[in-house]
Amino acid sequence: MDLSFSAEDLAFQREVRSFIAENYPADIKARFDAGLEPRKEDFVRWQKILFEKGWVAPAWPKEYGGTGWTATQKYIFQEELGAANTPGIIPFGLSMVGPVIYTFATEEQKKRFLPGILSSDVWWCQGYSEPGSGSDLASLKTKAVRQGDKYIVNGSKTWTTMAQWADWIFCLVRTDSSVKQQEGISFLLFDMKSPGVTVRPIITMDGGHEVNECFFDNVEVPVENLIGQEGMGWTYAKFLLGHERSGIAAVARSKRGIAKLKQIANTEQSDGSPLIEDPDYRRKLAELEIDLTALEYTELRTLARESQGKGPGPESSILKIKGTEIQQAITELAVEAAGYYAFAYNRRAMDGANEPVVGPAATAFAAPSYFNMRKTSIYGGSNEIQKNIIAKMVLGL
Amino acid sequence: MDFNYSDEQKLLIDSVERFIQDDYDFDTRRAILKSEDGFRRDLWQKFGELGWLAVPFSEEDGGLGGTAVETMIIMECFGRGLVVEPYLSTVVLAGGLLRHGGTTGQKETVLPELMAGTLLAAVGYAEPTSRFNLADVSTTAEKAAGGYVLKGRKSVVLHGPMADKLIVSARTSGGRRDEAGITLFLVDAGAAGVSRQDYPTVDGLRASEIVLDGVSVGEGDVVGVVGEGFALLERVIDEATAAICAEAVGAMETLHKATLEYARTRVQFGQPIGRFQVIQHRLVDMYMAYEQAKSMAIMASLKLDAAPEERRRAVSAAKVQIGKSARFIGQQAVQLHGGMGMTDELNVGHYFKRLTMIETLFGNTDFHLKRYAA
Repeated sequence: MDLSFSAEDLAFQREVRSFIAENYPADIKARFDAGLEPRKEDFVRWQKILFEKGWVAPAWPKEYGGTGWTATQKYIFQEELGAANTPGIIPFGLSMVGPVIYTFATEEQKKRFLPGILSSDVWWCQGYSEPGSGSDLASLKTKAVRQGDKYIVNGSKTWTTMAQWADWIFCLVRTDSSVKQQEGISFLLFDMKSPGVTVRPIITMDGGHEVNECFFDNVEVPVENLIGQEGMGWTYAKFLLGHERSGIAAVARSKRGIAKLKQIANTEQSDGSPLIEDPDYRRKLAELEIDLTALEYTELRTLARESQGKGPGPESSILKIKGTEIQQAITELAVEAAGYYAFAYNRRAMDGANEPVVGPAATAFAAPSYFNMRKTSIYGGSNEIQKNIIAKMVLGL
Repeated sequence: MDFNYSDEQKLLIDSVERFIQDDYDFDTRRAILKSEDGFRRDLWQKFGELGWLAVPFSEEDGGLGGTAVETMIIMECFGRGLVVEPYLSTVVLAGGLLRHGGTTGQKETVLPELMAGTLLAAVGYAEPTSRFNLADVSTTAEKAAGGYVLKGRKSVVLHGPMADKLIVSARTSGGRRDEAGITLFLVDAGAAGVSRQDYPTVDGLRASEIVLDGVSVGEGDVVGVVGEGFALLERVIDEATAAICAEAVGAMETLHKATLEYARTRVQFGQPIGRFQVIQHRLVDMYMAYEQAKSMAIMASLKLDAAPEERRRAVSAAKVQIGKSARFIGQQAVQLHGGMGMTDELNVGHYFKRLTMIETLFGNTDFHLKRYAA
């Protein structure tokens, strides 16, 4: 057992670090460090920089544009991106539909779709949840009826993240209602500009616009946009959710979050001393940091198993549950640190309007961030569902 | 031992509940939040007509002579409707300071209009780096001919933008965090030297950063005793803390009911999610958190007239319980509503946001744990 990095790994770490230092655009960094609402162009610009370098899809097989890195190198890469607070890689193309396409699609489909995903020229969104199908995803009702060489799609999807920016959607649709729920689902790709597609924003309680409802009214989709076989969509969907879970521990980002909390606690005053000297606050910060260390080592053990060709298995649900709880706890402590100034609603500044915030800049968005992060224990399979997965698949209950 | 409300108190509950049902539904509130003023003056006047603004004032001051229980009743109902009108600031805070410490002249000029609904007031007790310590006052009041000159800054003054009168704490003597040497002043919101930066709060209220740049006040504008304002301010903040504990109880009750109803009707995996034991236990935990909070809110309100030491401990104990319950119930209500709980469209998130801010207001859980243990 040896957890230290090899000389090659350390050299790789230096290479990644200096690449980020030299290539991460200062204006994007300023926006992200200030905690402003991200913009599409920031994500695209940064992903294109990684793409030019050949680093945008480390998880992909080399033949499709991956890096051929070891599990340790992939881990180091993620750590460095997180530590530098770069925009997160938007998962819908690169982590979700991309792997489904190179694993299950035809050669022609791979040629058609993978280049746009790698170059970030095509923005994807995920058509999974429906108003009546959240945790019980397999009950979805959006229908695709085959007519000649087309499917006619009718129905709606909801909580569609960043659909307002999307060019294409990968969509779970019901193609057969006469069989068991899971066996009547197919995996369709279609253009969001197709006639009959309507996107309606959903404003969340923090005032932000990330998610949307999508309505499909007789949308015509060519049959060549079906991935794999009709009725096999559930298998592909589960494969994709496994990929979604593997990056979800967000250890590097939470480390940054805790570092930022410490900065805040060093400047916030409580009875004339920095808040960090308050034993109660200090103890909570320490507990959080210990939780994160435990998660980090659990993730490392998962990675080690993966590098031996095992997983990501159902135990990766631990990473989702603990990872999101820690992300949420960080925002709770930020609200506590902000004191009364947590009240101030600096929405326009958060959206990038050039106006001063009320109170210290470091905590100006503490409350909206806390509200927003409640989503993490709901999305990607709620934490209750993750526990069901562990109970069933890991513990055999 | 009697936890029952009197017949008069029951009438008050009916009247406030009816108002929330008939005049203050979710859409009405949303429209108020988006409006220029951030509150409805016509509704405020209605509060005056119904006598709610006169409830805590003595009969000799022209009020109804209500007790802390009446205030608790009103605030709990307001919590159910998430009322944003400035009751806490005008009646409980400013009204409380004048009730306990105001001169006859101040009462005669301010209270009739306040009770009629034509005068709004706000209280400035926090400063940019004071956190929750009411004695941490840097604003100064220097003696001048016939009065004082105020200089300093008051932060996050709730309902500041709509206030006609302000009551602010300032230091007439002593060091920065000394309890002795603090004096409270009644200031005209439009007085020369008062400037405001107004902004909305995350929970739908309005607040102001207030700069006092050489504001002249008279001897007659001192509320309470010169240099002894801390005890008065602390007492009234304790009363206001008990009031927001009651408000939180109303908000928690509504959230728990809404979540229970959702669990009964939301079908996933072929059955209402309320049939799943994990959801049942969560709702039971929420219910227990609510009951414990309600008990403590009642306890605190009944101890407001006790000796200061007993009052302090009772209020801090209640605030700790309410803080813990509010966080748990708020978070779980969002969680169990799933994506819908995250939206601005559903009321759940609005209750969660208000409960989060109540957890902070007048000192968060850590602050009151320390104060209780001290």
